[in-house]
Amino acid sequence: MMDFGPLWLSAQLALVTTAILIILGAPLAWWLSQTRSRWQPVVQAIVAMPIVLPPTVLGFYLLIVLGPNGAIGSWWVKLTGDTLTFSFTGLVIASCIYSLPFAVQPMQNAFESLSKRNLEAAWTLGASKLDAFFSVAVPLSIRGFVSAIVLAFAHTLGEFGVVLMVGGNIPGETRVVSIAIYDHVETLDYASAHQLSLALIVFAFVTLFSMFLINRRWQAR
Amino acid sequence: MSPLRTGFLFAALVSTNSFADENLTIAVASNFQATVNEIAAEFMAVTKIPVRISSGSTGKLYAQIVNGAPYDVFLAADSARPKLLEEAGAAVKGSRITYATGALVLWSADSALKNKDCLAVLKSGSYRRLAIANPLTAPYGLAAKEFLQAAGLFDEAENRIAYGENISQALQFVVTGNATLGLIAMSQVKGRLPVTASCSWNVPSTMHSALDQQAVLLSGSDNADAARKFMNFLQTTQVAMILEHRGYTVPE
Amino acid sequence: MSIVELKYSIQKGDFHLAVDTEIPTTGITGIFGESGSGKTTLLRCIAGLERSEGGSSQPVHQRRIGYVFQEPQLFAHLSVRKNIEFGMRRNPDASDRTDEVSRLLEVNELLGRSVADLSGGEAQRVSIARVLCQSPQLILMDEPLSALDERRRNEVLPYLDRLHEELSVPIIYVSHNIDEICRLSDHLIVLDNGKVVAEGDLQTMLARIDLPQLGGRNAGAVLNATQSRYDDEFDLTLFGFSGGEIWVPGRHDSSRTRLRIRASDISLSRSPAESSTILNILPATIEAIAAETTSAELVRLSLGDDCLVARITRRSLQRLELQVGDKVYAQIKSVTVRR
Repeated sequence: MMDFGPLWLSAQLALVTTAILIILGAPLAWWLSQTRSRWQPVVQAIVAMPIVLPPTVLGFYLLIVLGPNGAIGSWWVKLTGDTLTFSFTGLVIASCIYSLPFAVQPMQNAFESLSKRNLEAAWTLGASKLDAFFSVAVPLSIRGFVSAIVLAFAHTLGEFGVVLMVGGNIPGETRVVSIAIYDHVETLDYASAHQLSLALIVFAFVTLFSMFLINRRWQAR
Repeated sequence: MSPLRTGFLFAALVSTNSFADENLTIAVASNFQATVNEIAAEFMAVTKIPVRISSGSTGKLYAQIVNGAPYDVFLAADSARPKLLEEAGAAVKGSRITYATGALVLWSADSALKNKDCLAVLKSGSYRRLAIANPLTAPYGLAAKEFLQAAGLFDEAENRIAYGENISQALQFVVTGNATLGLIAMSQVKGRLPVTASCSWNVPSTMHSALDQQAVLLSGSDNADAARKFMNFLQTTQVAMILEHRGYTVPE
Repeated sequence: MSIVELKYSIQKGDFHLAVDTEIPTTGITGIFGESGSGKTTLLRCIAGLERSEGGSSQPVHQRRIGYVFQEPQLFAHLSVRKNIEFGMRRNPDASDRTDEVSRLLEVNELLGRSVADLSGGEAQRVSIARVLCQSPQLILMDEPLSALDERRRNEVLPYLDRLHEELSVPIIYVSHNIDEICRLSDHLIVLDNGKVVAEGDLQTMLARIDLPQLGGRNAGAVLNATQSRYDDEFDLTLFGFSGGEIWVPGRHDSSRTRLRIRASDISLSRSPAESSTILNILPATIEAIAAETTSAELVRLSLGDDCLVARITRRSLQRLELQVGDKVYAQIKSVTVRR
């Protein structure tokens, strides 16, 4: 029986990252879709950066920023006595940055296609802006949310370069499935690499398939 | 470095024409690239044979060679892969030589450890993280693990080890301060680093299996004469001086 | 009669809206003007959807002002019932008026449906029902029929008549369609280029012949009339008003109603035509004359306490030597009855 720990760890990482990205990304996507601020293009560009940057570049800077001498890392060390790098928490932060555009952009697109008048109708009917966001904007953008969840989850599941840079390959903590497969290939343990890859393929397919199926059901309604 | 590079480029360009017959392609482990550049320059100065260098991790180069990559000589970072190639017939039988032996260093860039005894810090456990290369994939990682086991420190250190995918990444962890200590290669310490060492201790070579780096002549080479010349050149005193300067020991 | 103050000022690019007026707290106030005159901007200021200088800073959702948009703006993810309950659930003081409102707008059979399955007219009825159920203190209607075709429009209009008759909440009704305004409003504000150019009760306003906005094809007056009898032999209904009686084709069931007579449907003569095909010939006095174009004149006629406006050519005016104070006969070709 082979070790499926890395697969489970990857699933956890993708799940936690996706949850955080939806919760924090939705307000950000909303702001990007509604604001007329001249800072909007700046923030938009920053959000899109991880698409362009090679994961190793992103990983290198995260290694510095999350490290014990870095801006975030030093604060974390003071707070918890532990470093962020080489920890699951650190991977979650890194993954959130790495997958940010994949969660924000679909939600933003969905929000942008909402009718402004529809929201105004909600406000005049007595819904506060927050109320209208949850009772009108979010349900009408549900397909954007599904896309965001699928893309953020899939992108995090397949993450390699960034984890390689900041993870430290620690079993049960940062040794995710992509790293484990890479190691098996490097050590010529092709049998284990095949097994883990196959498990990943099946897992990824089943997850994506169920999400697309749900999306289709929604569409049909 | 850069005038040297230009020289290679020029040589490589020329080689496609008049020197096509004597063009030599060397596959080299990444961490040995800087050294091999220097060696190749000397080699070209002596023999006028143009040299092209292709670098990568030993594992990747191995996979490429097995799949028919057109290299003449393979300078690996270990002895396992050259041995496998030789057994599989991808390398010429009897051509395998140990061209250099690496050394392991316990090293830190943490300013808090300035002028302290690196080994004492390791033994006392008063450090946050220890960076080593992946023992499964990197010879230096294996050596580091063997040393820790020999010193009876492995069990205590295990949950504080951060594994670099290779020795370069282990160095990166230490240089960026993410790991307090690192077990890295002497050749790395001798090279140019963005930070200065705060403490350093040379691990005795008796505490781990030898870090022999082996070279083989590849069976697929259509330039065996030039390749043999290069293999011989590796064993000259001229090269020995370069290797020692760069932190390697040279086999007798 | 108590009043609602409207005082808004807003600059949008080259356009400046500056309104400072008052409207009654009962009935429907029509706001009439060409597109671009600032009607919608004014409504948006009242609702709080636009920030105006000196306007209230109270958030939109706390104003309790109902807004009926051109398009129904129903929420596609909610059923018709949930749409109608949306505002009610958010107003702690609102009593459940679903039954009353459903009956008024006849949306009962639509409640279980999905929004996507409604026709344009049904959807607009639902959106009006949604606004009524929120128990607003003021209702704004921004050209609620303009997105509908003629047939759908005639489907919805009777419901608006009903609101007019049965509701006590004031309504501001914006339109560029004079027929809708004449049919529905009691009070009229004429807006042009962001300014109020005239205002007053509907009948007085329509009797004015000095306003270019109410000239041209918009010219015409309304009469408040009472049904006297129905002639079933010729299928005609007789209505009485302060200045006489008018025959209208067909059967009309309301006893009190509003008759609309366009300026172009009235001709004048010095003597009553004996052998005319025209059914309604009423004696009137010329109250005012104003040149409308180089060829046309508008004439205001007084009949009892009511007024009519007639359009005649300048040539006829000169030929008949018509002057203020003259007694004439108004020949009325066509009359529109509200319902």
